[in-house]
Amino acid sequence: MTIFSAKNIVKNYAAHRALSGVSIDISEGSVFGLLGPNGAGKTTLIRIINQITAPDSGELFFEGRKLVASDVEKIGYLPEERGLYKKMKVGDQALYLAQLKGLSRRDALKRLKYWFEKFEIQPWWDKKVMELSKGMQQKVQFICTVLHEPKLLIFDEPFSGFDPINANMLKEEILELKSKGSTIIFSTHNMASVEEVCDNIALINKSHKILDGQIDEIRDRFRTNTYEVKFKGELSALQQNLNGNIEILDHAEAKRYNTIKLKHQLEISNNEMINLIAPAVDIVSFSEVIPSMNDVFIRVVKEANQN
Amino acid sequence: MNKTFIVLQREYLTRVKKKSFILLTFLMPLIMVSFIFVPILLEKVDKKEIQTIAVVDQSGEFQDAFKDNSYMKFQYVDPGKLEETRNDLKKNNFYALLQIPANIYTSNEALLFSDRQITMDIERGIRNKLESIMEKTKRDKLITELSIPDLEKRLASTKTSISINSSKISEDGKAQKSSAGLASIIGGITGFLIYMFLIMFGQMVMAGVMEEKSNRIVEVIVSSVKPFQLLVGKIVGIALVGLTQIVMWVILSVGLVFVAKAYFTTGGDGLAEAQNLMAQNAAMGGEQMQQFSNAKAQEVFEIISGINFPLIIGAFVFFFIGGYLLYSSFFGAIGAAVDAQEDAQQFMFPIMLPIIISFMMMISVVRNPDGPLAFWGSMIPLTSPIVMMARIPYGVPLWELALSMSILLASIVGAIWVAGKIYRTGILMYGKKASWKELLKWLRYKNY
Repeated sequence: MTIFSAKNIVKNYAAHRALSGVSIDISEGSVFGLLGPNGAGKTTLIRIINQITAPDSGELFFEGRKLVASDVEKIGYLPEERGLYKKMKVGDQALYLAQLKGLSRRDALKRLKYWFEKFEIQPWWDKKVMELSKGMQQKVQFICTVLHEPKLLIFDEPFSGFDPINANMLKEEILELKSKGSTIIFSTHNMASVEEVCDNIALINKSHKILDGQIDEIRDRFRTNTYEVKFKGELSALQQNLNGNIEILDHAEAKRYNTIKLKHQLEISNNEMINLIAPAVDIVSFSEVIPSMNDVFIRVVKEANQN
Repeated sequence: MNKTFIVLQREYLTRVKKKSFILLTFLMPLIMVSFIFVPILLEKVDKKEIQTIAVVDQSGEFQDAFKDNSYMKFQYVDPGKLEETRNDLKKNNFYALLQIPANIYTSNEALLFSDRQITMDIERGIRNKLESIMEKTKRDKLITELSIPDLEKRLASTKTSISINSSKISEDGKAQKSSAGLASIIGGITGFLIYMFLIMFGQMVMAGVMEEKSNRIVEVIVSSVKPFQLLVGKIVGIALVGLTQIVMWVILSVGLVFVAKAYFTTGGDGLAEAQNLMAQNAAMGGEQMQQFSNAKAQEVFEIISGINFPLIIGAFVFFFIGGYLLYSSFFGAIGAAVDAQEDAQQFMFPIMLPIIISFMMMISVVRNPDGPLAFWGSMIPLTSPIVMMARIPYGVPLWELALSMSILLASIVGAIWVAGKIYRTGILMYGKKASWKELLKWLRYKNY
């Protein structure tokens, strides 16, 4: 089921176009990666979803009906540019932000207690924000984002400012939220984390959506018939069997076996490939190199910019 | 709960709880009241000591003429013991010795000895006493010499004192005692207060907006509330901070004045004493003085009761809030448009200018409250909060007041609309150096 969709969103600023006819559909309970180079229009789209700015044209749907103002209470947003009131106490601040999201003071207190215990940060309650380190502030901010148990969560570069241990903890929290039924929009430049947590992605470049779909399907779509083969035997025998229809990208000779990375020029299945090599050499391992999201990202954006 | 109210609550509470706010709220009335009472208090402490003055009357004309008063006691010493006493002032507990030479009526000179520096009060007190005694003696002598029947009474009847009682004739033809002096004081003070608050609280709004922008908290908040709600909550919250401060000042000042007054009247009657002292210095006819001051008090009371306090207080609250809303919208918009304090300067100047100009206009308007400067100054919304306030104690035609208020209200609506537009775009705009041209562009952006 689709929890949120945007149809043909157009947004112009005085000098430039931030979004031209972008449509996205986000299914409930999934993690949706919103990708794109800097300045592509991601933040504008996120702000439109949060109703911080209005699109010039296009329609927004939430839970099957038009998005309305009160829906902000069902959305949690952790912006890339984030901060807290420096001179306010951590507890007061969290209560304030929770009340702005429509929680009653009592509910907010109860839930904050749970999260502060979970993150083991109870001693911070009466501290001023300026006394906390950046990473500590990020934790408080994360709690404030999820406290009202929103159906849709939007994380814009959530890992910036976290050390690897806390970044990992945050990733696990995000996955736990997903398992509890929250839908998550995830915007980042860290493609490794996209592969780990996202189900679907959309790639925006220069105000246009240039790619979207399921992450495995996309990687599959961009396969380049590249293989990595470890074998015992002669490289020339292997080349002969492949009729020269290959391009050798990398070749390393070790004592016991050779490792080769090669690209076949024709559309060919893995089994056919194995059948071609097997008679010539002794295969130790065989794997197709599926492009990483990083590769896909770079390739798609470069192609789009060339056109 | 309404979200604007939640914002308002935070804006109000964080500021009211600040140490600087509490300090200013309590210290200001204390300082003001101290200005009035400390001199009296000091005088009182000073006057506690009664000095004994030895009087050596070589002329023999002043027997029993010196009467003790609140700070001087007189003791007559036999002229034969002059040398002896003068050399031993301290042993006899004399503060000073007054030697009245035999020829005082021709020389007009007396001598005062002391082993200390004689204070001005004592010296003046003794001189006044001598003068009044001698004047009275000469006058009595003259009257006896002339032997004109009832001369004394007839002379007394020539004593004249004129006071100008100005009255203002209101539209319904009733004459009401008025005082230009009092009106200008009230106008000046209320105008100055508005001037001060506009700058103080306007900048508070700007600093608050800039804090949210530079701390990058604003995007988190505007994903929960509309930017406009945030701005309105902030402006109204700070307005309440201002009103709280004014109300506290009034309550504390009145309370302190009462406490101080009670202290002075029960403990030693310092006020009455100060008045006595003035009476002594001013004239000899104590009774006349008393009557005069009673009449004066009556008149002052009449003038004060002639001032339309409900109108002045009502107008003050209206023009304070109105002026504040107008200017704080601008200050808020500036805070949103700039990234750093330094950039704020170029926008601050044009906003501060009309406030300062209104203050300068006010100075001449309190002296000429019905001139064209006063009229136009109280119509233009940028200057009317201060200029109109200066005119109100004099009485302003109702239609002028109504027109001025309506213009101000309409301008506030316009100002908030413009400020809201700039604010919404500005708070999320980082790294772009705002210019006036840029701000105009922001007005055309489509937002919620």
